[in-house]
Amino acid sequence: MIIVFALFLLTLLVVTAVAVIRTENLFVAVMLMAIFSLLMAANFFILDAADVALTEAAVGAGVTTVIFLGALALTVEHERSRKTGRWLALGVVVSTMLVLIYATFDKPRLGDPTAPVHQHVAPWYLEKTPELIGIPNVVTAVLGSFRGYDTLGEVFVVLAACVGVLFVLSASPPSHRAPTKPGSAKLRHHVVPKVVGRLLIPFIVLFGLYVQFHGEYGPGGGFQAGAIIATALILHALIEGEAAALRSIPRRVLLGMVAAGALLYTLVGIAGIVLGGNFLDYSVLATNPVKGQQIGILAIEAGVGITVCGALLSIFHAFAARD
Amino acid sequence: MLEFLGYYNYWVFAILLMIGFYAVITRGNLIKKLLGLSIFQSAVFLMYITMDKVEGGTAPIIQKGAVDQLYSNPLPQVLILTAIVVGVSTTALGLAIVVRIKDVYGTIEEHELFEENRPQ
Repeated sequence: MIIVFALFLLTLLVVTAVAVIRTENLFVAVMLMAIFSLLMAANFFILDAADVALTEAAVGAGVTTVIFLGALALTVEHERSRKTGRWLALGVVVSTMLVLIYATFDKPRLGDPTAPVHQHVAPWYLEKTPELIGIPNVVTAVLGSFRGYDTLGEVFVVLAACVGVLFVLSASPPSHRAPTKPGSAKLRHHVVPKVVGRLLIPFIVLFGLYVQFHGEYGPGGGFQAGAIIATALILHALIEGEAAALRSIPRRVLLGMVAAGALLYTLVGIAGIVLGGNFLDYSVLATNPVKGQQIGILAIEAGVGITVCGALLSIFHAFAARD
Repeated sequence: MLEFLGYYNYWVFAILLMIGFYAVITRGNLIKKLLGLSIFQSAVFLMYITMDKVEGGTAPIIQKGAVDQLYSNPLPQVLILTAIVVGVSTTALGLAIVVRIKDVYGTIEEHELFEENRPQ
């Protein structure tokens, strides 16, 4: 049964992707992209990746859509593309696709326990996590502790991208431009989204905090929580307006969050050195190494959550402020 | 049955990858190009997550008291989880540049941009 559902979802993914490419109305394309992300999240869930599904649903269907809509409000809603060289492109694409599909016959089949990907470090992670870290969610353990360097790098990429967006958009828009009608302003005049949205916001924030602090035991963690809380606050900004949102959380607080989260992560790493271990070695943070690991993961997950939430909100406000 | 689905997952990966690539090379609209890149990126995510599945396994959250429980591979999940969040940040940077291009040139269509920059 689940297989039929998976086949259906995968086919729907392809159909949605084709529709995204074919439509000339960019607003429709962005909306279809949100559906695409949600379908992708469902697929991830079927493939046992609960953490990834949660992230894709919050980020792909939520935040990405809003940022794309913000960019659409500042540019154009219809494409006027010139159709040249389509047949050549189609030829290249179809032949590459056939080569790729031919290559898949050499890949291990889905769920094969003897596939090379399951032989290297993964069994070690699964075996050692209860002993060394003592938390049930192996994904969080790998993310926070075993591959902590990697995650630190990703946090700094998010920080750098956020700073880049703020720099690029901080240049003042040319004055001769006709004022565009922001899509966000329209939502304020509708009663139903306003009332329902207001009711939903506290629960979304609460769920975000649950995902943040329950990430060691169930699917969740800083990346997901940061994105979920950011969506709640973006919803608040869409309903109450840009100015009201910035009054409740000023821009400098958001920028402070972006920096503070990355700093917290780095400081936890340095604390490991100061206490006699290696960089990002949490086992020296407490007398009991397992407890130390748990404290370290809790702290860096908080750092990740703060940075991701701050960065996504800063990016949103950077686009919305130009409307 | 799972065998066929295994291939089907990879086929969908290849098809989505190429749909995204097609948009990037044929569409002149810069936002459409970014949408194409997003599809391309999602296709790669799908391939990684397809690799993590173990037959009879469950999400890699250790259950107390479960004996001989198989778990899916946590490593691809960790890589993709962070990649999704980084992906939205980099897409936002791309969109910011598109907005600036619109400010300066008044258009985000590739052929119009080329005409604007043609040496007189």
